[in-house]
Amino acid sequence: MNVLTSPLASIGRNTLALLALVGRVTTYAGLTLSHLFRPPFYGREFLHALVQIGWLSLPVVGMTALFTGGALALQIYAGGARFNAEAVVPSIVAIGMTRELGPVLGGLMVAARVASSIAAEIGTMKVTEQIDALTTLSTNPMKYLTLPRVLAATLAVPVLVGVGDAIGIMGGYLVGITRLDFNAAAYLKNTVDFLEPWDVVSGMIKGAAFGFIVALMGCYYGMNSGRGAQGVGAATKSAVVAASILILAANYILTEVFFSA
Amino acid sequence: MIKLDNVKKSFGNNHVLRGVDLEIASGTSMVIIGGSGTGKSVALKSVLGLVIPDSGLITVDGQDVTAGDRDAFLARFGMLFQGGALFDSLPVWQNVAFRLLRGSLKRPKDQAREIAIEKLRRVGLKPDVADKFPAELSGGMQKRVGLARAIAAEPEIIFFDEPTTGLDPIMSGVINDLIREIVVEMGATAMTITHDMTSVRAIADNVAMLHDGVIKWTGPVADMDASGDPYLDQFIHGRATGPIESVR
Repeated sequence: MNVLTSPLASIGRNTLALLALVGRVTTYAGLTLSHLFRPPFYGREFLHALVQIGWLSLPVVGMTALFTGGALALQIYAGGARFNAEAVVPSIVAIGMTRELGPVLGGLMVAARVASSIAAEIGTMKVTEQIDALTTLSTNPMKYLTLPRVLAATLAVPVLVGVGDAIGIMGGYLVGITRLDFNAAAYLKNTVDFLEPWDVVSGMIKGAAFGFIVALMGCYYGMNSGRGAQGVGAATKSAVVAASILILAANYILTEVFFSA
Repeated sequence: MIKLDNVKKSFGNNHVLRGVDLEIASGTSMVIIGGSGTGKSVALKSVLGLVIPDSGLITVDGQDVTAGDRDAFLARFGMLFQGGALFDSLPVWQNVAFRLLRGSLKRPKDQAREIAIEKLRRVGLKPDVADKFPAELSGGMQKRVGLARAIAAEPEIIFFDEPTTGLDPIMSGVINDLIREIVVEMGATAMTITHDMTSVRAIADNVAMLHDGVIKWTGPVADMDASGDPYLDQFIHGRATGPIESVR
């Protein structure tokens, strides 16, 4: 192979590998969803995952939203001052948090916290033969490990996004009334007047999609982890990277679907 | 009876099993020996369906292991994994009673716990171990818990994957004796893979030697020392020179 064709061959190989990965992940997602309708269901594992993914992610998502809402208020105020539009701060903070920043940053924070933890846990279980042990104990690992986590994340992340929205708006409000001299009542009235239910609901739908992606990537890479500590480390890294990229891509697609004219 | 008929399995260019033929009669204890990387674990996992062979047929009591009700098939088996493979997130008693807490063998929690404690006692562990987590136990205790889990549902067939690896000689002796006692007591069919010759002599009725992807020799453990097979002789005496190439 000569110097001219080898880069093309490399591009071809990588493209085929990417397509194969997309195929495997899609098949894995389909298989996971198919277990939704086939018993047995493991309620205890689902509740455990709900606490781990939802409840325990609340501080991280809340802090992220609080600081983002505050920073957003400062930015909108500074930017709006260029054309005497400082008054839009409450409405832009509310719309920006609920439609975009709440779900995307919440999703990314959950990806960092949850996808890594799921991939490391399941990867370690694979390396130490616990997945094989589950199978020999007549327990389907997809049902016992994957479905509860994917279902819990899909249901928990929208709630996290909703709470994050409220905290983010509160962050903007606190900065607005303490640093930017807004009247507290006027700030709240502006927020409520301009915020529409669809702004909140669309963000929560995005949250559900991001939760599904996060748990699916964690489980997929964990189940396909290589051997040893290096294999588990690589699986964890891949899960977080893949979940983050897919969240940003899905966010664009959903924004296009929900809001394009 | 467990029967492997011309079973082949490759991973890429690595041809691990090149045509394994083996029969294990019901109620007997077969030990498969062989060097590291010779495919012992793959052969064992193929019987359980954890690894799918490329070709060949594996039957248990005449039934193809890939056909029929998978849960009912697996309910007949118990397995002790090399590292124990205990579930870190569950206390010891729930590990032992895992099968009794869910699926077709599910029973009330109190009853499952009682059985778990009884099985722990059977493998020489006190009831206070029941509420500990696997990480709190020594390697030998984890192995015993794994053994208790393997026998908890009273399986007809028990597999032991390197049961004494990583244990000191005394603990190895204890585990070997336990395995032998339990297999005889339950009348179970046992398949063990190991390269510990003390285990072989303690556990086996019959021995099969796997080398280069095929069974080189099989026969009663009593015939092993006088087999005349150069591969088996080199292995059981641990000689560095002989037909089996060693990497130095």
